Amino acid sequence: MRLEPIANPGLVRRLGFPAVALAVTVVIGSALAMLAGADPFATLGLIVKGAVGSRFAALETLNRATPLIFTGLSVAVAFRAKLWNIGAEAQLYAGALVTVLLGTGALAWPALPLLAVIALAAMLAGAVLLLGPVVMKTRAGVDEVVTTLLINFIMLLVISMLLEGPLKDPMGMGWPKSAPLQKAARLPRLFEGLRLHWGFGLALISALVVWVIQTRTTLGYEIRAVGQNAQAARFAGIPVNRVLLKTAFLSGGLAGLAGFSEVAGLKGNLTLDLSPGFGYTGIIVAMLALLHPLGVVLSALFVAGVFVGSDSMSRAAGVPTYIADILLATALLLMVLALLLTRFRVVRD
Amino acid sequence: MEIFDILVSASFWAAMVRIASPLIFATMGELICERAGVLNLGIEGIMVIGAFAGWMTVYAGFGLWAGVAVAMLAGMAFGALHGVLSVPFGLSQHVVGLGVTLLATSVAYFAYRLALPEVTSPPKIVPFQPFEVPILSQIPLVGPAFFAQTPMTYLAFAVVAVVALVLYRTPLGLALMAAGENPASVAAQGLSVTAIRMGAVIVGSGLMAVGGAFLTISAFSSFFFEMVNGRGWICIALVVFGGWKPGKALLGALLFAGFDAAQVRMQQTPLGAEVPYQVFLMMPYILSILALIVMSRRASVPAALMVPFNKGER
Repeated sequence: MRLEPIANPGLVRRLGFPAVALAVTVVIGSALAMLAGADPFATLGLIVKGAVGSRFAALETLNRATPLIFTGLSVAVAFRAKLWNIGAEAQLYAGALVTVLLGTGALAWPALPLLAVIALAAMLAGAVLLLGPVVMKTRAGVDEVVTTLLINFIMLLVISMLLEGPLKDPMGMGWPKSAPLQKAARLPRLFEGLRLHWGFGLALISALVVWVIQTRTTLGYEIRAVGQNAQAARFAGIPVNRVLLKTAFLSGGLAGLAGFSEVAGLKGNLTLDLSPGFGYTGIIVAMLALLHPLGVVLSALFVAGVFVGSDSMSRAAGVPTYIADILLATALLLMVLALLLTRFRVVRD
Repeated sequence: MEIFDILVSASFWAAMVRIASPLIFATMGELICERAGVLNLGIEGIMVIGAFAGWMTVYAGFGLWAGVAVAMLAGMAFGALHGVLSVPFGLSQHVVGLGVTLLATSVAYFAYRLALPEVTSPPKIVPFQPFEVPILSQIPLVGPAFFAQTPMTYLAFAVVAVVALVLYRTPLGLALMAAGENPASVAAQGLSVTAIRMGAVIVGSGLMAVGGAFLTISAFSSFFFEMVNGRGWICIALVVFGGWKPGKALLGALLFAGFDAAQVRMQQTPLGAEVPYQVFLMMPYILSILALIVMSRRASVPAALMVPFNKGER
């Protein structure tokens, strides 16, 4: 077989294949629920209900989506330039670490300047962590997939070391966790009386900013050019390495903000289980959004909904919560295939 | 001088080879894939599914070798999925690989929870026992390291020999390497690049899964969540470190495992009491990165790695 590009794919084709991909995902989900001895329709219903069925559920989904918007944007920005940053997890922790370092009494400032400085420092920390792999890539040709992945493991060990050592909360009853943030370093709630913090607002603003950068600035144009064909971009006079460094700053910075938002907005301190893989899930979020920054918001909400809904379904119906990961992985693989088939026709030789 | 004491202890050398064994299987698997032109980032998840499938088979009452076979088949199934998406359809190997890792990992965890919903401590099986080769196992240091291991470790070394032989001494191996260097030349000879690459990804994934199974049915006796713990990613670094050559990759795996065995023992020394244990645990990852930097300059990456091949396209 071979693939033949289609000049003008029709609407049926452009919508049909993604719809089939989603339908197959739902069928697989139902089959898994039946395997676990549960009624498939009831299971799917419980997932939807657990994600958006009540005010509490919906807020939980929005809270879970917040870090995913940041890490999804981080991945989307990097992948657009074909910079394979799989290290958002470590960059998130770098941002969280800086938040705790600066927000537990180091600076006795009022809330607004304190939060601004901490947010910037968290971005910088995430960015710096990605600079290493990028410099290794541009200078020595080391594949950044492996280096960013390995740094995730190193970073978690660094955090573990600090939480059991200098950062350990003396009032923490022996648990490896940091001291709580001072009040001024906590992100306030978005609306009075709603359990949703300003991190969510910051995430939405970040998505808009990234969208503006990508569509309205020279850097956005350069990032796209480098991603499409680095050699051609170099030939056209675009400083490819410098563009990659800028991309890394943006990407690492966004992941750093995820750590800031989780610590300052939600948790109030740093623990080793701050992120249940938000950095890795950000890859799915970005891919489902086709790397589009505004799409990232929607896909983060969808992914967060699947996770929150599955947690609640699992408690009620007894289907293991890992069904969420299976559904998302299936959706991801089927969706990239479906999107290919909207543009190409399979021809027999 | 603790380091010297560690280096002359038989248990250190035995541990080195034991720790290297799963890495050897999986590194050979990844090497085959990459030599044919496909970066297989599914490796981490395929090792998890292999660890689970092998263990579950034995736990269900079948033999240890049946466990190895089932693990391999499970790995090949996910390899086939990776292959179909990344070879004929030519989708991004990064996305497909990470997707396969997530899928294989979550399928393993889901199936484990389904099969054993109630357990608090993971149940055990009777794993492979060491087999002492007569006479040879009595040689100081070398004996315990290479001739008093479980059958799966011997199998790992045999796999390296077979992979090297097939790659360099058979037409199939030459065609496979050509598919990763210059696929158009393979197609010009009337061979199917798609078939060769698919075969490489499927067989390679089978080996990765056997590497995972080593953890549950040879090294340990239970299946734990997170037990693969980045070993797959390390194998990708080992392929680069070995310059895409089986012999050098084997050396890399042994070297890496040696550092790992040493760091565990260093934790028990007076130095280990001073330094946080996390510093020792991060050494293997840091070493992998350093090795990548040192080796990448002279490494000869397969020219068509990550380049999809669509016949009739120039």
